[in-house]
Amino acid sequence: MNAYAKRLLWPVLILLALIAVNIVATGVDFIVPSVNDDGRLGGAFVNILRRSAPLLLIALGMTLVIATKGIDLSVGAVYAIGAAIACQTIIDAPDQTAGGLVLAAVALALAATAAIGAWNGVMVAHFGIQPIVATLVLMIAGRGIAQLVTGGQIPKVQDASPFTELGRGAFLTVPIPIWIAALVLTALALLTRRTALGMLLESVGGNPEASRLAGIRSRGITVLVYLVCGLCAGLAGLIGAANLGSADANNGGLWIELDAILAVVIGGTALLGGRFFLLGTAIGVVIIGTLEDTIINVGLSSQWQFTAKAVVVFAVALLQSPEFRGWVLRPLRRRPEAPAPAQAEEAAS
Amino acid sequence: MLKTPAFKQVLAGIGAGALLFGLTACGGGDDSGDGGGDGLVVGFAQVGAESAWRTANSASVQSAAEADERIAELKFVDAQQDQEKQIEAVRNFITQQVDVIVLAPVVETGWTDVLQEAADAGIPVVLADRGIEAADEDLYVTRLGSDFTEEGRKAGTWAAETFAADTDGTRILELQGTTGSAPANDRKAGFFEVLDAEGLDYEIVDSQSGNFTAEEGKAVMETFITTHGLEGVDLLYAHNDEMGLGAIQAIEEAGFTPGTDIQIIIVDGSKAGFQAGVDGKLNYIVECNPVFGEQLMDVVVQVADGETVEKFTPVEEGAFDATQFEAELPNRQF
Repeated sequence: MNAYAKRLLWPVLILLALIAVNIVATGVDFIVPSVNDDGRLGGAFVNILRRSAPLLLIALGMTLVIATKGIDLSVGAVYAIGAAIACQTIIDAPDQTAGGLVLAAVALALAATAAIGAWNGVMVAHFGIQPIVATLVLMIAGRGIAQLVTGGQIPKVQDASPFTELGRGAFLTVPIPIWIAALVLTALALLTRRTALGMLLESVGGNPEASRLAGIRSRGITVLVYLVCGLCAGLAGLIGAANLGSADANNGGLWIELDAILAVVIGGTALLGGRFFLLGTAIGVVIIGTLEDTIINVGLSSQWQFTAKAVVVFAVALLQSPEFRGWVLRPLRRRPEAPAPAQAEEAAS
Repeated sequence: MLKTPAFKQVLAGIGAGALLFGLTACGGGDDSGDGGGDGLVVGFAQVGAESAWRTANSASVQSAAEADERIAELKFVDAQQDQEKQIEAVRNFITQQVDVIVLAPVVETGWTDVLQEAADAGIPVVLADRGIEAADEDLYVTRLGSDFTEEGRKAGTWAAETFAADTDGTRILELQGTTGSAPANDRKAGFFEVLDAEGLDYEIVDSQSGNFTAEEGKAVMETFITTHGLEGVDLLYAHNDEMGLGAIQAIEEAGFTPGTDIQIIIVDGSKAGFQAGVDGKLNYIVECNPVFGEQLMDVVVQVADGETVEKFTPVEEGAFDATQFEAELPNRQF
C-alpha cells in the first residue's frame, strides 16, 4: 500500500462506518439513489453529495492554499460576495429569465471573487503578510461588502430564472452541483498530478525561499493558488445562492471556512504545508455532510450537532496519528519493542 | 532584503487597520438628527442586520426617532451579531452619558457587568425585542418586544382547531430556530403547551434546528423527507419565515405540494412569507412585528421621565390564515 492510499484509509473507513450507521438507522434506501418525478436523482446520499458541493469547492481551494503553508479565512465572506453579486445583478435586470443576463451575472461574480482571491495572494506573496492576517481582513470586511452589494436586503431571484438551475437543476439526471464539484475536483487533480504544478506547490509550501532560489516563481504560484481559492469560494456561493434562489449576506456560507479546514485536515493534508491530498479532502467533505444527516437519522437532538462533529473529528485525527495507534496497539503486541513499526510507519508517511 | 518586507508589512498593517477602522465608523454611523435642542439622547445597540426582519426593525426605530421631536439624537450601533461589540457599544453610551440606553441583546446571558455599570452611571436601560436572563431583571427598566411564547400559542391554537377532527393522530415536523435562543425555546414551548392543553392527539415525527436560515431549513427538510417521507405527515411548524420558505422549496423539489400534502405554519410574516401564503404554499402565519419604533420611543420617553412602566410591554401582533393573506400582503413592511 503506498503512502497515498494509506493516508486515505482512515477517512474512508470513518465514512463507511458513518454510512453503515445510517443504513442501520434508516435502511438501505439511504445509499440507493432514487429518481425524482422531475427526472433528477434523489435519495438521502445523493442529497448529501449535492449539498456538500459548495463545501467541497471551498475545501479544494483551501487544500491548495494549505499546501503552500497558507490558510484562507476569507472564503465564507467571499462565498457571500459571489452570491450577492450574482443575485443582485439578476434582480436589478428587467427580465430575470434571460440567459445572457444569467451568464453575465455569473461571470461578474466569478471575476470579482477571483480578483479578491488574487488580492489575498498578493498580500501574502508580495507583501509578506502572514496568510491568517491577510485573509482575516477580508473575512471581517467581506460580509460588509456583500451587504453593500445587496443594500442590507436578501435579494430573491425568481424561480423561473435559469440561474436557479445551477443549484437545483440536473444534467443526465445527476444534479448540477455534483457535476460542477466533480469537474473542479478532476481538473485540479489532473493539473496538480499530471503536470509539475503539484510538485511546485508542495515545494513552495515546504520552503518558499529555497524554491525561489531553485528557479521556481514561488510568488506567482502563491498568487495563483489564492486566486483559485477565491474563484472556488465564489463558485460555491453561486451554487448556494442558486439552490435557495436568494443571497443572504449575513448567513450565506457562515463558518464554512472552518468546515473547509476541517475537511482538509480529515483528508490527511497537514496544516504545515507540503504534501496535499485532494481526494482526501473530498472524502473529508462527504464525512462532514454525512455526519449532519446522521445526527437527524439516529434521532439525536440539535444540541448534539457540534458535540458529535467534534467526536468524529477527534476520532479521525487520533486514528491518523501513528503515535496514537502505536500507543493503543502496544498492549496487544507481544514483544516490548513493539513501538518500532509505528516509528517506521511515521517515517514512511 | 530584510528591511523591505518588514516595511511593507507595516504599511499593509496600517492599511488593514485603516480598513477595519473605516468599518467600525460605518457600523457606528449614527442617524442623528440635528443633535441640538433639549430632547433626549438615546443609544441603541442593535443585534445586526442578519435578516429582513432585523433590517425593518432598525429602519422603524431610526425613522421613529427622527420623526419624534422628543428625541434629539439616536446613536445607532450595529453589533453584527457579536455580543462583545454590543457590550462595547453600551460602554460607549455610558461614557457619552446618553439619557436612555436601548439594547437588543444578541444572547440572554453575560450582561450583568455592563448593565451594572449603566445602573451605577444612573442611565436607564430598555430592552428591545429579545430578553435577558431572569437573574439580571433588576438591571433594566422594561422590555418591549414580541411575546414569543404567545406566538407559539397562536400557532398551537390554530393547529389544535385545524386538526381537531384528525382521528388517526396529527403527525408533526418542527423546524426550530437557533438552539438555545429565546424565540426558539418559547415558540416551541407555547406551541406544545396549547396542543397538550387542548388534548390534541399528536406525534412529533422529528424536530431539529434550522438555525433560522433558509439554507439550513432547506437542508434539514430534505433530510426529514428522505428519512421519514412525507406520507402521513400532517403539519410542518417552522419557527421563522426563512426556514419555512427553504423547507417549501425542499418539499416542492421532492415532488409534493406544500400547503396541501402537508400543512405549514410559519412565524414572522415577511412579504416573501405572505407571498408564499397567497400562492397557497402555506396555511398559517403568526406575525412577529418588527415595526415597533414609535411604541419604543413612547416607552423611552416614559422611562426618561421616571414614570413607572410594566416590566414587559408586548408589541402588537396578529396571526393570519389563508383567507387573510391576500388582503394583508400590501401592508407588509419587510
